[in-house]
Amino acid sequence: MSTAATEKNGKAPDAAPSKPEEAGAPAGQPATPNPGASRQQTLTYGIVGEPLEQVTRRVPLDEPPPLADNAALKVIGKPLPRLDAVQKVTGAARYTFDVKIPGMLYARRVTSAVAHARIVSIDTAEAEKYPGVRAVHVLDRLLLQAQVRDPNAEPASRYPTVRYLGQPLAAVAADTQRAADAAALLVKVTYEPLPHVTTLDGAMNDGSPADFPGPTEQPGTAGGGGAPPGLPQHGNVRGPDTGRMFGLPRGDVARGLADAAVVVEAEYRTQVQTHVPMETHGLVADWREDGLTIYASTQFTTSVRDEAAEMFDLPKSRVRVISDFTGGGFGAKYGIGNFGLLAINLSRKARAPVRLMLDRREEHVSVGNRPSSLQRLKIGAAADGRLTAIALEAYGSGGVAAGAGVGFAHAMMYPCPNVSAIQFDVFTNAGPCAAFRAPGQVQGIFALEQSLDEVAGRLGLDPIALRDIIDSSGSDDSRARRVQRRIGAEKSGWRTRRPPNADTGPIKRGLGMAQSHWLSVIYPPSSCEVRITGDGSVEAFSASQDIGTGTRTVLAQVVAEELGLEAGDIGAHIGDTRYPIGPPSGGSRVTGSLTPAARNAAYRAARDLAARLATALGVPQDDVVFEEGHAGVRGNAATWLPFKEAVKKAGITELSHRAERREDYDGYLMETPEFSVGKHGIGGVQFAEVLVDTETGAVKVQHIVAVHDCGRPINPMLTESQIYGGVIQGLSYALYEERHLDPTSGLQLNANIDQYKIVGAREVPVIDVHVIEQLTAQTSTDARGVAEPANVATAAAVANAFYNATGKRIRTLPLTPANVLDALRA
Amino acid sequence: MNTFEWVDATSVEQAADLLAARSANGAVVAKAGGIDLLDLMKEGIVRPGRIVNLKSIGGLDGIALGPEGGLTLGALVTLARIESAAEIRGRFPALAAAAAHASTPQVRNVATIGGNLLQRPRCWYFRSQLFHRDGANAGDAISDGENQYHAIFDNRETAMVHASTPATALVAYGAEVQLTAAGGQRRTVPLTDFLLPPDIKRDRDTVLAPGEVLTHVVVPAPAPNTRAAYHKQTERDSYDWPICDVAVVLQMDGETVAAASIVAGWVAPTPRRAVESERVLVGKPLTEELARAAAAAAVAGATPLSKNGYKVALMEAVVRRTIMAAASK
Repeated sequence: MSTAATEKNGKAPDAAPSKPEEAGAPAGQPATPNPGASRQQTLTYGIVGEPLEQVTRRVPLDEPPPLADNAALKVIGKPLPRLDAVQKVTGAARYTFDVKIPGMLYARRVTSAVAHARIVSIDTAEAEKYPGVRAVHVLDRLLLQAQVRDPNAEPASRYPTVRYLGQPLAAVAADTQRAADAAALLVKVTYEPLPHVTTLDGAMNDGSPADFPGPTEQPGTAGGGGAPPGLPQHGNVRGPDTGRMFGLPRGDVARGLADAAVVVEAEYRTQVQTHVPMETHGLVADWREDGLTIYASTQFTTSVRDEAAEMFDLPKSRVRVISDFTGGGFGAKYGIGNFGLLAINLSRKARAPVRLMLDRREEHVSVGNRPSSLQRLKIGAAADGRLTAIALEAYGSGGVAAGAGVGFAHAMMYPCPNVSAIQFDVFTNAGPCAAFRAPGQVQGIFALEQSLDEVAGRLGLDPIALRDIIDSSGSDDSRARRVQRRIGAEKSGWRTRRPPNADTGPIKRGLGMAQSHWLSVIYPPSSCEVRITGDGSVEAFSASQDIGTGTRTVLAQVVAEELGLEAGDIGAHIGDTRYPIGPPSGGSRVTGSLTPAARNAAYRAARDLAARLATALGVPQDDVVFEEGHAGVRGNAATWLPFKEAVKKAGITELSHRAERREDYDGYLMETPEFSVGKHGIGGVQFAEVLVDTETGAVKVQHIVAVHDCGRPINPMLTESQIYGGVIQGLSYALYEERHLDPTSGLQLNANIDQYKIVGAREVPVIDVHVIEQLTAQTSTDARGVAEPANVATAAAVANAFYNATGKRIRTLPLTPANVLDALRA
Repeated sequence: MNTFEWVDATSVEQAADLLAARSANGAVVAKAGGIDLLDLMKEGIVRPGRIVNLKSIGGLDGIALGPEGGLTLGALVTLARIESAAEIRGRFPALAAAAAHASTPQVRNVATIGGNLLQRPRCWYFRSQLFHRDGANAGDAISDGENQYHAIFDNRETAMVHASTPATALVAYGAEVQLTAAGGQRRTVPLTDFLLPPDIKRDRDTVLAPGEVLTHVVVPAPAPNTRAAYHKQTERDSYDWPICDVAVVLQMDGETVAAASIVAGWVAPTPRRAVESERVLVGKPLTEELARAAAAAAVAGATPLSKNGYKVALMEAVVRRTIMAAASK
């Protein structure tokens, strides 16, 4: 099953769920999951601490036995500090930014100084003469943005048309960064300016300057991207995408609205957020006669390899990608990017390794953002709360790239017989959007969960009571949220929540909640090799990388559990495409994709070792177990050996087993060439307590309770860490972050971390994280992801708390004093 | 950032001479803490040929209280020292608070009061090299563009605002600056006259002449029964530039306001004395109602731009609260 998916394994991993039709044909139901020899297996299903069920599922014959719940395990489920923590805090960890190899050159890009223009000429002569310059390369194509469908719609040119200020045009490689920076300024670009538009509303006007001279397509590459093909486009407005992949439209929305006891209708606006990872985008490209080596700050090593191979017409066997550590990415670090095209070309020309790391300004402007949105949402509900209709019309701008949808919660989260969601991309002369931690879903749920709060108010229902009625799909995430609402209500003091606008003074306190939803995304080719060496060393290998979540640690824990060792005993090797293919760090996918493969590989290695040991010891192989650093037959002192002794006794030189991620035991909801989606999602519920100063418009979030699920938490400490990060990022989006473009020039005015505002230490509230343990009975580890849902509900919870505080809705993000005072005046 | 020469000055006079001279490589600029200069150089807005380091001059980092109770600050005194000095916290609480709320602890440990007063606007148009090019018109771009943090008063010539927040408190206290020119001539200038409306075409936003060095900031002794407060209203608490900041210095006669100095920063091109508010207050017993009336008077003449109307209501609240905070001290 995995070979088919391997063919295009890099494509569109993270953004795809927000761009449903990208997958082409509607999702088909697979026949039997995991065809081949099988057995019926009884498994425990449910949420630990709640009543559990026993279910029987068909599993592959050689599947490891089910794991007990975490309390009964030794390494899995334990809050273990990450194995590379010391390396990280001492600075010993080698990020791509830190890579230095002999003879390495430094590069700087040349970017456009105007927002929209045809390029008449690019004169590199002065730059080439600058002391220390070794190569100059001018781009002749652009990745990760829309392209004109009909190439004849534009006059032919050797240069791509400039469509935003800051678009990469060329790059210079030199002996020093200083020389590269200075020489880049000497490249002379002559523009033939075209009119531009930077605002969503402006771009939607009939008379607006057109970003593109005709309809567009956004082809995907091995590095990702891609938009649903063939959609209509009028001026800058492309669409609609009608949500076919998620079964939309559904029912009769007009009838559903007519049948409703209450209809809530509102318009929401969300801003453009940029990714701002600690480590900017970049790579070191080392082009040699015998192959290309790339050190990449990436969330998917394989996508870098595959896109480099595709763009430079190299066999994948001659491209190696190494990523020891990645300093964040949040969805925007797939493939080689335009900076990669430049660096690889420069390395080829200069015959030397070339380092091209973006500076902070370039990072903000040119390598991704969360698109804006304008959402018109109508929700109808019966008197008892049941939803009768959801109707969404959404516009968003991802600048020169498509992908500005607002997610799929409308289709999937709450059962509703009548749903339509039409979504449009609006092109503007601004940098391209990219997948960003729960693409679309963050914007969509900001609106959906506020409108549901309003439905509850109109029906005289408590917001939690309404969700208890409507969050009824019976999926694992729906079941989890029911428990999470109860836990969150207790921890947040929901019982003492007051009616809206209860404070008489200017500073008002409020409490609100909102729910999160994300898909359980799986990367089917994910594989792991476990190797045991004759001296008792154990190593695990995966090409997957660590974006900061602790991939090495989780991998080591799963392998250690199977072999009765400690996580620190395992050499966990990741971030190299020479290892077995691993999942992308995107779509909340790594732990759910990698750990079943890792456990199965470790199980096979353990059973292989057990068989050899049994022969050497003269005992039945089924009696051989691996526990507490020992192997042998428990209770039989003569055979109970320390692990290393046991390996020696077994007489192996090296033993190696590999396993792939099997399908979920119940199969998938949908499968695409790039990823599969489980039948059950992941989610969470968040509660926010806010203080609103109604005179200054200042909003202070004091307390967040975040209750989440991720199947079985493999490492609760790392899981909680991701949830803290998600809440903080969600809060930052809710309160501060916003890209500001000057409309006259198209320049991003706050392309720094001074005026692009992100929460600081004093804005981080008390955050109570609670993770439930949900046994999914779908894989050998029950693990699912958590990164994205942690970030989805925060802005909506804050906005609902704002309403509880003030009695006014705030439907525009972020909650700056300007927007808050506007909302309070309404 | 460009390549430049570096000279460590050893005296004010020598620094003044160095700054009056020319360099073949480009402008000669002074550096104290270097916080703003480094930012400007990284953005390519200042490309010095020679940097004159003032931190190597001895004796410019003193904090002195005069016999009458006046305060003299050497230009190299850091914001961190102003924030923590007992003599300033006790006698000039609005100044100590303004210093304490500037920037971050790391920056305050390095930034000097002289450099703080001389820093260029934090306007994001000013800070973009694009608007420093020939033919660029930052003023028009601001009018048509992202002006949410710009001036709501006196904004016809320029809507950029001075960045210094200690200046707001210093103007309220009636501070002056002492300047020394090449050749050693000295002059003293009231801070209100020293600060000029920002101009992107000039290389400074003060009356400091080429070759002049700001050596001291002098704050007169407050009258008896003076009470003062300062508030900087930001979006974030951790580190942020203000939406507006307000310093209030009241001389009380019992419950009655005998004299008032109310100054708002970041609402006009230079710190703006709210004389309308002061008139409302003086001679009357200070009450919440009176503070409310004074705050309303402070914003009555506001002329907000397309995106900064919210600053009017916000400033009104901050003026009222800061008056009441001063009264309660």
